[in-house]
Amino acid sequence: MAETPLPLEVRNLRKRFGSNEVLKGLSLQAHQGDVITLIGASGSGKSTFLRCMNLLEQPNEGDILVHGEEIRFKETRHGREPADWKQVERIRAKLSMVFQGFNLWAHMTLLENVIEAPIHVLKKPRKEAIEQGRALLDRVGLLERADYYPAQMSGGQQQRGAIARALAMEPEVMLFDEPTSALDPELVGDVLKVMRDLAKEGRTMVVVTHEMAFARDVSSQVIYLHQGVVEEAGPPADVLDNPRSERLKQFLAPKH
Amino acid sequence: MIDLQGYGPRLLEGALVTIELAVLSLLLAVILGLLTASAKMSRSWILHRIGTLYTTVIRGVPDLVLMLLLFFGGQMGINLVTDWLYYQFDIDIFINVNEFIAGVVTIGLIFGAYMGETFRGAFLAVDSGQIEAGRAYGMSEGLMFRRIRFPQMMRHALPGLSNNWMVLLKTTALVSIIGLTDMVRVAAEASKATHEPFTFLIPVAVIYLLIASVSEWIFARLQKRYNVGFGEADEWNN
Repeated sequence: MAETPLPLEVRNLRKRFGSNEVLKGLSLQAHQGDVITLIGASGSGKSTFLRCMNLLEQPNEGDILVHGEEIRFKETRHGREPADWKQVERIRAKLSMVFQGFNLWAHMTLLENVIEAPIHVLKKPRKEAIEQGRALLDRVGLLERADYYPAQMSGGQQQRGAIARALAMEPEVMLFDEPTSALDPELVGDVLKVMRDLAKEGRTMVVVTHEMAFARDVSSQVIYLHQGVVEEAGPPADVLDNPRSERLKQFLAPKH
Repeated sequence: MIDLQGYGPRLLEGALVTIELAVLSLLLAVILGLLTASAKMSRSWILHRIGTLYTTVIRGVPDLVLMLLLFFGGQMGINLVTDWLYYQFDIDIFINVNEFIAGVVTIGLIFGAYMGETFRGAFLAVDSGQIEAGRAYGMSEGLMFRRIRFPQMMRHALPGLSNNWMVLLKTTALVSIIGLTDMVRVAAEASKATHEPFTFLIPVAVIYLLIASVSEWIFARLQKRYNVGFGEADEWNN
């Protein structure tokens, strides 16, 4: 065991929707600086797996540990639920999520989006949050858009803004849920570039993606999911360049 | 000018009662409406039932009947309690239902039911991704309500809210039935005494229109305020 606790560890996670089990005992260990990419066909459970990590979906079984702190659960009439929502809120604040649909708050300017959670959740002084927010917007190339509303920006700009919002939380781990899937092809590059930079500076990231080039270049580990089960996992050189299973070979084959 | 035959000051006082009554009722109705909407959207079936019962009963019974029921029935209910206190514990109190408070409570109760539906629809119209982002960033339900749900819901609620307010404003005229001296009652008394109904009813109509126009202006401002971020891009780009 490492002396410092892992930023994120998931053990034997199971999730059912009704009688349909969509995650069948998934585990994951993210070490400091790891970039773990989850790939798989739609319906494989990769997004659900990611959304279970910050409890946007409630897993039916399994443990989630963030920086060594285990999320506590209890059984209720409605099934298993977190025992302490305050704990969940505290842990969510350490796991920033970037969504497929950006989900920037539409009634706030870009800068207001970036400083919102730092001020109201992390209780950071407003002045400090603004300073940090502007620096982050500068970093993703959007400083001159600070006072724009999300609806006034392109999808690529919104997603880079959403990444700035995620960074403002100084998160333990960043969760990316198909961050480029809703973007026009010509806007994908800018977002991926920001993500590559984040990986390079040693951010711990879990990324659900269809961008195989990104997965190959950046990941420390690639996990291929099929119907809620890990079919193959390992460094990208193994999983992406020498797939063993027939299914993964087909998945990776160039589409016609 | 119209000769109000000395009824001018009383008419103005009545207008003030109308405005106070309407604004306080609106306040109560908004609070009840938010509570009802939350109850109806809650996972608890008891709260859901209570919310549904409330909106069904209130919306299914005429306002006038409800007002009489609450005013006279309310007085009887209070009398029952105070009598019981007297015989059981020798506590001698007498509570007289104040017409103004009775009016506010009744109108607030009635419109709370309508507001409940308005707010419920408006809350459901907020994009779920906006709420999810709040959750994912560690916001508590209360914080999310204050910072995201409420401000985003308002732009959907305002058209219905303003509509309800206009109807509410005119419903206040009913309170003259329970003996409250609003401007309609003053006008009715003056018309009877002077046999000149138009002299008093036309100013009353004008005052209602005036209040309605001012409210429309206020609602237009609010709508603009809560539409920020949602309109056409060039609207704020200039």
